[in-house]
Formats: sequence, structure tokens, C-alpha cells
Amino acid sequence: MLRFDEFAVALGGRTLVRLDGTVAAGKVLAVMGPSGAGKSSLLKAVAGLIGPPFVVSGRVLVGEEDITRLPVEARGVGLMFQDALLFPHMSVVGNVMFAVPRRVARSRGARREVAMGHLGRVAMAHLAEADPATLSGGERSRVALARTLAGAPRVLLLDEPFAALDQALKARTRDIVFRLAAEDGLPVVMVSHDPADAEAARAQVVEIRPCQEGEGS
Amino acid sequence: MVALAAMLPVAAGLVGILAPAFGHLPALGHRGVSLAPFAALFAAPGIATSVLLSAATGLAATALGVGLTMLLLAASYGGRSLVVAERLLAPILSVPHAAAAAGFVFLFAPTGFVLRLLSPWPSGLEAPPDIALVGDPYGIALVLALAMKETPFLFMMALVALSQVEAAGRVGVARSLGYGRMAAFLHAAWPLVYRQMRLPVLAVLAFAASVVDVVMILGPRQPAPLGGRIVTWLQAADLDGWFLGSAGAVAMMGLVLLLVGLWRAGEAVAGRAAARLRLGGRRWRRDRVARVAVLGFGAVAVAAMAVSFAGLMLQSVAGYWPFPDVLPATVGLAVWQRRLAMAAATLGDTLTIALAATAAALPLAVVLVEAARRGGVSTRLVYVPLIVPQVAFLFGLDVLAIRAGLTPGLGAVILAHMVFALPYQVIALAGPWQALDPRFEAVAASLGAGPVRRFVTVRLAMMTASLLVTAAVSVAVSVGLYLPTQMIGAGRVATVTTEAVAAATGGDRRLLGLYATLQLVIPLLAFAVARWVPALLWRRRRGMRPVRWAA
Repeated sequence: MLRFDEFAVALGGRTLVRLDGTVAAGKVLAVMGPSGAGKSSLLKAVAGLIGPPFVVSGRVLVGEEDITRLPVEARGVGLMFQDALLFPHMSVVGNVMFAVPRRVARSRGARREVAMGHLGRVAMAHLAEADPATLSGGERSRVALARTLAGAPRVLLLDEPFAALDQALKARTRDIVFRLAAEDGLPVVMVSHDPADAEAARAQVVEIRPCQEGEGS
Repeated sequence: MVALAAMLPVAAGLVGILAPAFGHLPALGHRGVSLAPFAALFAAPGIATSVLLSAATGLAATALGVGLTMLLLAASYGGRSLVVAERLLAPILSVPHAAAAAGFVFLFAPTGFVLRLLSPWPSGLEAPPDIALVGDPYGIALVLALAMKETPFLFMMALVALSQVEAAGRVGVARSLGYGRMAAFLHAAWPLVYRQMRLPVLAVLAFAASVVDVVMILGPRQPAPLGGRIVTWLQAADLDGWFLGSAGAVAMMGLVLLLVGLWRAGEAVAGRAAARLRLGGRRWRRDRVARVAVLGFGAVAVAAMAVSFAGLMLQSVAGYWPFPDVLPATVGLAVWQRRLAMAAATLGDTLTIALAATAAALPLAVVLVEAARRGGVSTRLVYVPLIVPQVAFLFGLDVLAIRAGLTPGLGAVILAHMVFALPYQVIALAGPWQALDPRFEAVAASLGAGPVRRFVTVRLAMMTASLLVTAAVSVAVSVGLYLPTQMIGAGRVATVTTEAVAAATGGDRRLLGLYATLQLVIPLLAFAVARWVPALLWRRRRGMRPVRWAA
């Protein structure tokens, strides 16, 4: 379970986003709004990837643990962006093995097996040895998903993850993402400007508007 | 075309050296092909040691420089220290090799500043120790001084490469997967950065293996590394020396090719080891101590450089300065008064050469980066004069220039400096040139501005700051060039750098301090101009503030 407790991101004295409430395991919170409204800043703040001049206040908790002040690497958040951001210097399975925590598997063989399992879940096992640069957009998204899940995250954060895909591909990729997140019991926060994304996820929706000058400071 | 033109002098120089290497020097009545020069080269006393020294110091200095760059970047990435490092970069980079070497001697010689600080307490020394702390036969001081000088250059090239790869997102992903800050950078970004900066690394390797001026100041003697010996032979001004030196230059070319091959093999081995580490998934999350240590080392190194430059200036005015004293007993301007007239003339020539070479090369650099931006042309060829060892083609160029009827003098030296100014200009200009949003020109075109007008009033105008920095880099490079000045000028053209090397080898510390001070001041002034002119010009234009690579 992911809980926001008066969690807010501000820039220059202006509150960009404020969130309160919980996201249960396997459920999706969709943060909707036009570009420039601060949606991505919110996700970065949850992930711990934001610093000055942004100011983060309130708390964000995973289960009972307050992760607001933890560094990125200690938070256990899985990130997916519009760009898959696969590592171009590793093979497909190498990308996923990179993510497998050592508490899950230590030896190279075991790590590979875990990674192959995640690739199987996204139907990419047959391209395990491929160069990421040769994959199609949909395939790249699926590998990025496998990599994220292999990292055994406690929360999944999606930043417009389907925006670069065409309609048909979008629907298929979206279904895989939400199905696997539910399987792993992950609370999901998704940022999007496409209402269809939220519908498909049967998500709670939070609308944010671009703040006006001076509001909420 | 321009890129080819940049290569031409190198190719010509190599041809010019091949003939005498095989005993063919028609101007002096020697015709035909013989292997005698090579036989003489292999028979030269201590030649194996010289070759080994060149190879080992080149590889070691490059490996050390690349390693330091990698660690410094990993420790500072995404933090405030990277911004600080970037600000310090230009002034550090502008230090000529000879001045950096002289500074190293000032700090670490047996009578150097560090031992003075430690003596008589806690070292217990009353007199300078009788050990070769610099100029040691193994070239350790040479390796350290070269690494210290080349690391800032490699660091800048790494920053440029960093701006070309999508590093931030990938490092963020690696950190969200639980990797520590340094590990996330090293796994997710460094391999991509390194791939982009491979050519500059090879340039450093070739330079370090064939360096001459730094060797003359603090390298091993009896025997010296190959580069130094080649120059000694060539400057002997007798026929045997020329044949020997030419054969040596060809051998140096072969050695550098071999070292490049070795380095590539080393890259492959290191790459495979890194890939194994990545698949192992160790997180290295607790890296605070390592980060602080690396950044601390970087800070100490920068501080030491600053102290050594202040020391060189002090050295030029020092009077009586007995060993354990940290500061000289008396100071005076004797050297400055005695040498001012001559130093002023040398300074004038140095500036003439630097400004002329910069002004002549800059339009070529602009044409090159613009052609590269429009696609189709690669700027890789401009690296050729940096990767081919200077000793290997400068003498050949000299021979050809004499045959073409060019007399050695200021003009010829300016042309030679252009060969080296151009590649550094392209390196400095390429990044900002590519980064300017092409839509500005598109807007100007849609408003009816023709190609010339939009190039001048939009692109060149918006690039003012970058062009000035490029010019400053070029001036700094020209001021620091030793071998091209010495060989093409045939000893008749003196710059602050050739004078500094001469003073260092002659053992005149005050004179060395004077010329090293001048060496440091010119590039610093150039960078100050490059920074303040745009600031003044655009003081009411917030959008024209310099863009930082690391931001």
C-alpha cells in the first residue's frame, strides 16, 4: 500500500501538486492533467529524483515505512518512462539481469533464470540475446517493464509510459502492465494525459490543473 | 574538404620523414633506399630502454588519466561538485604542459615545496635528500605530471560526451533499481560516455607516449624516452642525426600504432569485466566514503596545482632561498628587470603567433562544424594531427617546407600552429554549435532573411560566447605548443614556452619562474576576455547566459 500524507511539490513558493490518500496493492492512481502542470515533478518527487529548486513537503509511505527522506536507491520504486531508456550497451536479458536484486539471486546462472522468467511474463524471452536497439517500440516498452519488475519494486511509477505507442499497441502494452502490476500486488501511480489510460486501469483519477500565479503558496 | 586539408600537413610530414628514414635525402646528395638509418637506430645505446619508457609512460599516464576522470565524474555526477568542477575547468585546461611540469617540479623536487613544508619537522631533513624525486629513471614523475595535466582535458571531453548521451534518465533508472550513486553512473552512463570520447583518449595516449617538452623538464635522462631522443638527434644538425632521427620518427609512429592496438585490447578486456560486474548486480549502495575520498583527492589536486602556480610566480622573484625554508629569505625583481626587454619581445612573438593562428583557423573550424551539423561530414578527421605523434611528422614537414622555399620563421610557425589550433577549435565549438536550436534560423528564414543574413545575425551572433571560448582555447593551445615552434621555427622563433623549457633544462629557476608566469597569464587573460565580453555584450539578455554542460 502506498500512502500520501499531505504530500506536495512546490516550486518558487508555488504548490504544483498536492496529494492525500492511499493507493492499495494492485490498484492504480491516475494523475491527469495538461502538460506543464507538474505531473512529472510529482512522480520524480515520489521516486526521490528531484532536488532544489523544487521543495517537497508532507510524507509518502510504503506500507508503514516513510520513504520521503530516503535516497532513490533505498526507496524500492519501479520507474517507467515514455522512453524505455534501455541500456544500449547491454543485451535484452542483460538489462533485466542488471535489475535483479542480489537477495533474489546471487549466482550468474540463477540471476539469468530470474531474468528469463520476467522476460517470459512480457513474452520477450525469445529475444533475450537481442540488441535493445533492434527492438520495436512495443517490444522496448515490454523489456522496460520486465526490467522494472525484476528489480522487485514495492511501488510502480509510470510517467506517460504509453504516449509513444500507436493506438493498437498502446492497448496491448497497457493491459500487460496493469495485469502484471496486479499480479505482483504493486500500487501504481500513473501520470498521463490520455483518459483512456485511466479507464483501462479502472483507476482512481486525480485531476490537476496548472496552478495560477500565487495560488496555494 | 576542410577536414582533408587539416590532414594534409600530417600526411605530407609523414611522407617527408619516410624518405630520410630510408636514407633518401637528395637535397644533401643521398639517393636510393637503404636500411642503414634503422640499423643505426637499433644500435643506439639504451634504445630498448627508451622505447619501453615511451610505451610504459604513455600507457600508464593515459590509464591513470582515464581512471581519474571516470572516478571524479562518478563521484560528482548529479551533485553540486560537478558544477564547481566545470567552472574550474577552463583555467586549469589553459595551463601549458611545460608550465604544469614546472609546477610539478616546484612541488615535488628534492628541494621542492612539499619537502620544505615537511622539513625539518616531521621529515627530520636538514638538507634536501639525494634521491631523484623528479626525473627518476622509471619515469614515475613523468607519468604523474602527465596524468595531472591530461585529466582535466579528459574530464572536459567526458562532459561533452555526457551531453550527447541520455545519461540522466538511465542513471535515474539504475538508482531506482537500488544502485548507489557511483555504481549507477559507472554502470548506466560511463560505457556510453567512454565510447563517445575514445578519440580524445587515443590523442592523449599518442601525446603521452611521444611527449618532448615535459620529458625535458622532469623526464628520465640517460636514456630519455624515445620522443626526447628523436628531437636531440634531429637537432644535432648533422647528416647522421637527421637519418637517425627520421628512422626514430618512423619507429615512433609504429610504436604509437602498437600502443593504440594494445589500448584497444585493454578496452575490450575492461569492457568484458565491466559487463560481468553488471550482470552480477552488486549494488554498492554505501559509497559515501568513496565519494568523499575521490572528491577530496580532486580538491587537493586542484589546490596543489594552484599552489604550484603561485610558487612559480614566487620563484621568479625569489632571492636567497635555503632549503628547509618555506618562503624565500629575500625577494626582488632582478630577473624581471634584467630580462624584461627580451621577455617583452618573446611575449610579442608569442601573442602574434597565437592570435594569427587562431584567427586563421577559426573560419575553417566554423565551416567544419557547420558542415558536420548539416550532416554528411564527420569531424573525426580533424583528430589526425592530435593522434599522429608530433615528432613523427613535424620534421618531415620542415624538410618539405625548406624544399618548397619557405624560410623558417614566424609565418611558417603560424601555419604549423594552425594545424594544432584547428582540431582543438573544432572540439571546443562542436558541442555548442550542435546544441543551438535550428528553429531560430528557420524563424529568421520565414521572416525573409537570406542564408548569409541569418547565418551572421542569428547563428554567429548567438554563438558569440562559444566562439570567444573557442578562440581562447585555441590561444591557450598555441601558447603551449613546444615542438612545432621549436622544429618549424628551426630554433629561430622563441615563445614563452620554448624559453620556459630552455630555462628549465638550463636549471635557471628564476627565469623559469618568469616564463612560466607569462605562460600562465596569457591563456588566463584569453579566458577572462572570453567570459567578460559576452557578459558585457548581453548584460540585458538573460537568455544569452552561458549554457552549462553539466546542468
